[in-house]
Amino acid sequence: MSNAPSEAILTVDRLDVTFKGRRRSQLIKAVTDVSFVVRKGETFGVIGESGSGKSTLGRAVVCLLRPSAGQILHDGTDPFQLGREELRRHRRSFQIVFQDPNAALDPRMTVLESVCEPLDVAGLGKPAERRQKALAMLDRVALSEEFAHRYPHEISGGQKQRVNIARALVLEPRLIVCDEVVAALDVSIQADMLNLFADLQHEFGLTYLFISHDLRVVAHISDRVAVMYAGKLVELAPAEPLMQAPLHPYTQALLSAEPEPRVPDEGGSKRIILKGEIPSPLAPPSGCRFHTRCPIAAPTCATLAPEWQEFAPGRFVACHFAGTPLPAQGRVRTPVNT
Amino acid sequence: MVSFATVGDAQRGPLLDVRNLCVAFYDGEVWRETLKDVSFAVEPGEVVGIVGESGCGKSLTALSILGLLPQYGARRTGEMHFEGQDLAQLSEREMRDVRGRCISMVFQEPMSALDPVFPVGEQIAETVRRHFRVNRKEANERAMEALSAVGIPSPQQAMKMYPASLSGGMRQRVLIAMALVCEPRLLIADEPTTALDVTIQAQIMDLLLELGQRTGTAILFITHNLGLVAESCRRMLTMYAGQVVEDGSVRDILGRPFHPYTAGLLGSIPRAALRKTRLSAIPGRVPSVSEMPGGCRFEPRCNYAEPRCHLPQELVESQDARHVRCCRFGEFVLTGAPA
Repeated sequence: MSNAPSEAILTVDRLDVTFKGRRRSQLIKAVTDVSFVVRKGETFGVIGESGSGKSTLGRAVVCLLRPSAGQILHDGTDPFQLGREELRRHRRSFQIVFQDPNAALDPRMTVLESVCEPLDVAGLGKPAERRQKALAMLDRVALSEEFAHRYPHEISGGQKQRVNIARALVLEPRLIVCDEVVAALDVSIQADMLNLFADLQHEFGLTYLFISHDLRVVAHISDRVAVMYAGKLVELAPAEPLMQAPLHPYTQALLSAEPEPRVPDEGGSKRIILKGEIPSPLAPPSGCRFHTRCPIAAPTCATLAPEWQEFAPGRFVACHFAGTPLPAQGRVRTPVNT
Repeated sequence: MVSFATVGDAQRGPLLDVRNLCVAFYDGEVWRETLKDVSFAVEPGEVVGIVGESGCGKSLTALSILGLLPQYGARRTGEMHFEGQDLAQLSEREMRDVRGRCISMVFQEPMSALDPVFPVGEQIAETVRRHFRVNRKEANERAMEALSAVGIPSPQQAMKMYPASLSGGMRQRVLIAMALVCEPRLLIADEPTTALDVTIQAQIMDLLLELGQRTGTAILFITHNLGLVAESCRRMLTMYAGQVVEDGSVRDILGRPFHPYTAGLLGSIPRAALRKTRLSAIPGRVPSVSEMPGGCRFEPRCNYAEPRCHLPQELVESQDARHVRCCRFGEFVLTGAPA
């Protein structure tokens, strides 16, 4: 870890988030027993496949969903204990940017109106000051004044996402949850956006909770990364060791499945290919939730849920066989036969 | 019925040879040329990747080959020789014999490519019955074999399932089963794994390549993911703003790209080794048809642009069967992918 362990800005403690199913009696546990701490100024990545509960986690963190058990602390205070008015003020510091840049903007508001709106709601300053502030923020995300009076349909996806970032930033938040913010963008635009996120973090001293399904993106931007599977955390570690020597079999499989843009060599490449799909949250598997797809599962895995343990300093994992390398059982690919 | 060379016939030349394919759309005032002089070839059994950002004309190229452009307001010129026959000369009726039988396609969004009100088995059997003289029972048997070939557990039950009750990965398997059930000579896979999770993507890619190899089907693989191209294709094309800008073996191009756009795409990908460093993003975005530059189409975004780039660029053969559309190629060394 870089500098001395700085203060926690976000503490998630044994968090459960449950939804009601189609029938009253049916409960869907989207997030189960998730605990972690995000430090001031860091980028904390959360990675997982669709259905792993990562977006639910992000929404709970900014109080858009109420936990059914456990606790969320913002800077040591529990936002769910605050009164309505207090919570409203508190929310300014904890913002979220969503995946779909189209759905997040009101089609009937101009870009400037959208960026002004959070200031209007918060009632900060005079209207002229708000306008100035919004324009300055648009300028900061590299949108010139000519864009300010356009409507969402008149600008590109990347530009819309910049508007969404400006909208979140204008309240001078301390933590921003970025939920799949670059997923809908082309790779060249995505690179541009990742650079922007890094710049803004330096400039405003922001903390990010960066949620994505794209391992490469998360590893690029994050200091520490948590891996989620079927509603639970399976591994948490600083980005570098996680990428180089993942401990949990799921993380290993995830890394191996990511195609690398490398010059292919004669030998081709082997990879771990998982069987099956992520289990339904309606009927999570017994024991370790990954045991149904795990290539090294033993009988105990089906009965006994593994403990969340600190395997090495700063590296947490929930697996009975943490650190066992998986055999690459996938086919050898040999596209090279020139 | 159009007669095509059968599988066993000794073949001369490429399976698909597209020459100077141009597609224009009428926007109410003028014809806008969206695809311009697209030329490339696919050899029998070969896996060729097409890469580029959205709006570069990758999917449009695929739809043009299959004759799936809108009936009005679209104009297609050029030649598309498939097993020696020019697809551009075929009537709609004749094209129907080609689609699904000789060339088939897997689409990006499996939900919108399947009919929600019919069981998936029926949809696959329909393809069989359209192209072969078989009875319903036999068609169903073939459909079931296809479902089991794509690794769907208990295909007998799966036959009766509706698309809505299948997961994204399973739907994509159904689409692949449908595309390969008639053993086409060419499969066009348009972003077949983009909507899927990475572990499912690995399953589907593995399946596609294995089935392709087993049936000797050539695959034209459209994607924006250069990693997938590096791992699954032998040859690749880079498309930009409706043109092919680079064409060659994956190994050569990734090792040393000749076109600044290909290099730009490679530089935009985050890499583990360069964590937390600045990514070399390509400035600007793909021009829309109405604002297309007259000269090199990439010039406004290119770091290497010069006055002569204002002239239209030809796709020229550079070396060892590589092609590039850049008049400055060879004057600078571009960074490729790591080995």
